[in-house]
Amino acid sequence: MERSADPPLAIYEAHLDKGELAYQWSLEANRAVFYPRVLCPYTGSDRLEWRIAGGLGTVHATTVVHPREGAPYNVALIDCDEGFRLMSRVEDIPPQEVRIGLRVRFRVHRPGGNEPAYPVFIPAEGQGEMS
Amino acid sequence: MDGLARGGAAIVGAAESDLGRVAEGLNPIDLMAQGVQRALADCGLGLRDVDGLLCATTQARTSGLSLAEYLGLSPAYIDTTILGGSSFMFHVAHAQAALAAGLCKVAVIAYGSTQRSVGRRQASVREVNPYETPFRPFLPASAYALAASRHMHEFGTTREHLAAVAVAAREWALKNPAAWEKKPLSIAEVLAAPMVSTPLTVRDCCLVTDGGGAIVMTTPERARALKKPPVFVLGCGQTITHASISSMPDLTVTGAAQSGAAAYKMAGLAPRDIDVLELYDAFTINTILFLEDLGFCAKGEGGPFVAGGRIAPGGQLPVNTNGGGLSYCHPGMYGLFLLIEAVRQLRGEASARQVAECETALAHGNGGVLSSQATVILGTAATV
Repeated sequence: MERSADPPLAIYEAHLDKGELAYQWSLEANRAVFYPRVLCPYTGSDRLEWRIAGGLGTVHATTVVHPREGAPYNVALIDCDEGFRLMSRVEDIPPQEVRIGLRVRFRVHRPGGNEPAYPVFIPAEGQGEMS
Repeated sequence: MDGLARGGAAIVGAAESDLGRVAEGLNPIDLMAQGVQRALADCGLGLRDVDGLLCATTQARTSGLSLAEYLGLSPAYIDTTILGGSSFMFHVAHAQAALAAGLCKVAVIAYGSTQRSVGRRQASVREVNPYETPFRPFLPASAYALAASRHMHEFGTTREHLAAVAVAAREWALKNPAAWEKKPLSIAEVLAAPMVSTPLTVRDCCLVTDGGGAIVMTTPERARALKKPPVFVLGCGQTITHASISSMPDLTVTGAAQSGAAAYKMAGLAPRDIDVLELYDAFTINTILFLEDLGFCAKGEGGPFVAGGRIAPGGQLPVNTNGGGLSYCHPGMYGLFLLIEAVRQLRGEASARQVAECETALAHGNGGVLSSQATVILGTAATV
């Protein structure tokens, strides 16, 4: 039996290691798929193509988590311009100033140790706001 | 036969186990068994009558095995569907299907949790999601907070609107001797409470208690011969829209729109026909979302709808009459308690919080992070 391809998560993380935010494009559904998987949830097809996002997106929803210990921090859902949504956070501005509609740009975050890199976002210069 | 029949099964027994903070050393299966015993006593049946067993808990990997062994049962029908807090509404539909197919004659649905005693992290270990966990969302609260942020953005819903839900729940809880919370609560107190995940303060979030319970279901024929007035299942509907909040199709529209529509269709009823609502209020935004999605107000109008005491005691629409997950009890997966309260209201057993002329009730369960939605519409003998 043919061995299936590399795990989607491993490919995603390998791209992040290179500083890229990768997502899948379903050739059957003609739309983006995220999180990465072995088949397209819209069609069932396994014709999924890896693409690299341009890195621009818009804050769709936002919250500030107030932990019992430590500083409050942002958690947001980001709509990337290519048509997929992911959980992330917006950095470089105070967490309570992250607004829905804020245009943001991808930046890779490398936590170090054995932790894989993950995508965060910062306000996109000169991009204004979208609702 | 196409789908479940309106009135095709009845709830004949309902009871809570010990609630709040239970005696040290009790485990979830102890609480399930306590609930089963009390629910059977409620309807005059015994353990030997039970041939259908349905249960769920996050604290036992194979709770069906544990509970069957504990009770000395070898059930003909067993179902341990676990989809979060709404699991028990799914169980009602599954039990009705099993009863109608003759797979069993008396089914019990049981729940138990000791999450307050053992700690929430130990009671419900959260799986690592490589696409969410790195961002440290405080789950489940942050997921509901994200949905609330979107509702506020799109429709102008305010923190005061959210707080009105918590205040209404508290007013009902003060009429329920079994409720955890015993003191009044004001809008200002909700707003000033410690923030958990904006816009939700600790008073916008459900309690963390121990607790369990059970309900007993049987065929309509058998139900009419038992000691308490039967409560008939008029309608059921269920759906799943996602597992994690980043995959929710629309943060302001829940699967309750589909589960409710299916339940209304089976029941032949509309929102205006419902006398009392028991809605899964893990967070204040839930009540607003479910009032909208179940058709009690238009999408986006849930905030103003709950303002001014409309859903509180004395308001036009009685919602969460036991005090809800916000003020009565919330042992992890709360759905069973909505069904228990609906049964009590329909039997006229709710004492100080009894809704007058209560013939129909809607119990709506939510699971995960607005992920699974299941609606059960119940009615008295007069409605079938």
